[in-house]
Amino acid sequence: MKAACGTVFKYGDNVDTDVIIPARYLNSSDPKELALHCMEDIDREFVEKVKAGDIIVATKNFGCGSSREHAPIAIKAAGVSCVIAETFARIFYRNAINIGLPIVECAQAAKEIVAGDEVEVDFDTGVITDKTKGTQYQGQAFPEFMQKIIDCGGLIPYINQK
Amino acid sequence: MGMTMTQKILAAHAGLESVQAGQLIEADLDLVLGNDITSPVAIHEMEKMKTKGVFDKEKIALVLDHFVPNKDIKSAQHCKCVREFACKHEITNYFDVGEMGIEHALLPEQGLTVAGDVIIGADSHTCTYGALGAFSTGVGSTDMAAGMATGKAWFKVPSAIRFILTGKPAQWVSGKDIILHIIGMIGVDGALYQSMEFTGDGIRCLSMDDRFTIANMAIEGGGKNGIFPVDAVCEAYLKEHSMRSYQIYEADDDAVYEQEYTIDLSALKPTVAFPHLPENTKLIDEVGDIAIDQAVIGSCTNGRLDDLRIAAEVLKGKKVAKGVRTIIIPATQKIYLDAMEEGLLKVFIEAGAIVSTPTCGPCLGGYMGILAEKERCISTTNRNFVGRMGHVDSEIYLASPAVAAASAIAGRIVSPDEVMGS
Repeated sequence: MKAACGTVFKYGDNVDTDVIIPARYLNSSDPKELALHCMEDIDREFVEKVKAGDIIVATKNFGCGSSREHAPIAIKAAGVSCVIAETFARIFYRNAINIGLPIVECAQAAKEIVAGDEVEVDFDTGVITDKTKGTQYQGQAFPEFMQKIIDCGGLIPYINQK
Repeated sequence: MGMTMTQKILAAHAGLESVQAGQLIEADLDLVLGNDITSPVAIHEMEKMKTKGVFDKEKIALVLDHFVPNKDIKSAQHCKCVREFACKHEITNYFDVGEMGIEHALLPEQGLTVAGDVIIGADSHTCTYGALGAFSTGVGSTDMAAGMATGKAWFKVPSAIRFILTGKPAQWVSGKDIILHIIGMIGVDGALYQSMEFTGDGIRCLSMDDRFTIANMAIEGGGKNGIFPVDAVCEAYLKEHSMRSYQIYEADDDAVYEQEYTIDLSALKPTVAFPHLPENTKLIDEVGDIAIDQAVIGSCTNGRLDDLRIAAEVLKGKKVAKGVRTIIIPATQKIYLDAMEEGLLKVFIEAGAIVSTPTCGPCLGGYMGILAEKERCISTTNRNFVGRMGHVDSEIYLASPAVAAASAIAGRIVSPDEVMGS
């Protein structure tokens, strides 16, 4: 599986799915349209600044709140290649795996990496490299079962293959 | 090693004698739920599947409740998509305008959720049915699609936190105050990936509506599910509402709980969660002077008949403060009708409140009560995140129906005691 590499957008604890994609835009389920409003209520500049491959780093409980799959869909469609956090809220965690948005849990990386750092994530090994600081972190590997879903490109292709 | 109630239900649905925390299992589903926001995404995902059709047309519930009656053209398109899907697959439990209610109030009322079930729903508050002794949890649209097609879902068996409830709550202390107290204590990620198992003799003092409210907000503590033991009160509810047979599971005496909290319900006071997290709780006498512009009484958390009765008890013969928009939303058509027959709607209208058709509406900032910049709302809903009910610089204070009704009268956040003069 290829690695992710990009510039970091950094957020704190409890980034909820209402700020990732506010419900006023949930009358659409088009990924491109959702991406235009990604992170709007927490970071108005995100959509203007984000480039394909960029990485979101946050601390505890990323993606808490609503089960809306529109949240990881918006993040993925905005071009984000990976989300690193200390912990993820469980529905967001499932949704990200199910739609094929790479996510990595790593407390130390989540704490130390700052906005603007250039970061690389190797999905095979779970190693996170902060190229700006020259530091490395070991992210938590997925259980084999979840890795299979990710390798298939999401839950639906995985079920189709079974 | 003993199992918790949640673990026993999951083991039975995975065809296993026992399971332990952390184990990955595939479980058979008794019900798969979706609403007008999450179902269109799931329907789109289902189209990509090799398996065509649904696993069981009677074990799927589609409820149009978030943006209906349609608030705009785009939401009308979404509802049309769900309506056509329901028609094509002859989904038995499809609820459109006129029959619908807020999903988590509607399904138990319709008898579709019973003790011992495993239920997934593409809505985070699906955990509500734990009040009936079921394992139920929120998932996303892709899980919903897979569930509708295969009747199965994968789960990581959760470890557990036990909450031992003792004593009897005082007047004006409701299920909402209990769960806000718990979330204030453990934090919004305090039960992350875990089940919240409620036990203790204090449960006897809680109505089913109180239990629904508590289980409903397990997700606000980060929980995978919240679950109550099945007692006589629960069995009476099940028998009144459902024709389905149910299965009672009890935790083993040696079940493992990672943490235990004992909560004396008689010591609790009305509790308010300040912006912008449900964990920012204060007791009603610590609130200070918070003027409000709007009061919302409703939602999957607090739009049931008990909630409306309490609100009416506080509002009866009084007027809401000038300038406080008071919006009351019975959660289902049946609750609406019952409230009408009991005279509650008259109380609300005479007090200067409005009564809406069932909808999730303002809870998630959809419509029917959106806040402007710098406005404040006291709300019986479940989340007070930034921008949740409207403008990014508006504020939501979460409370019980009694506190919301009293605050609507006072124009600021107050205890019901203050307006009842006791």
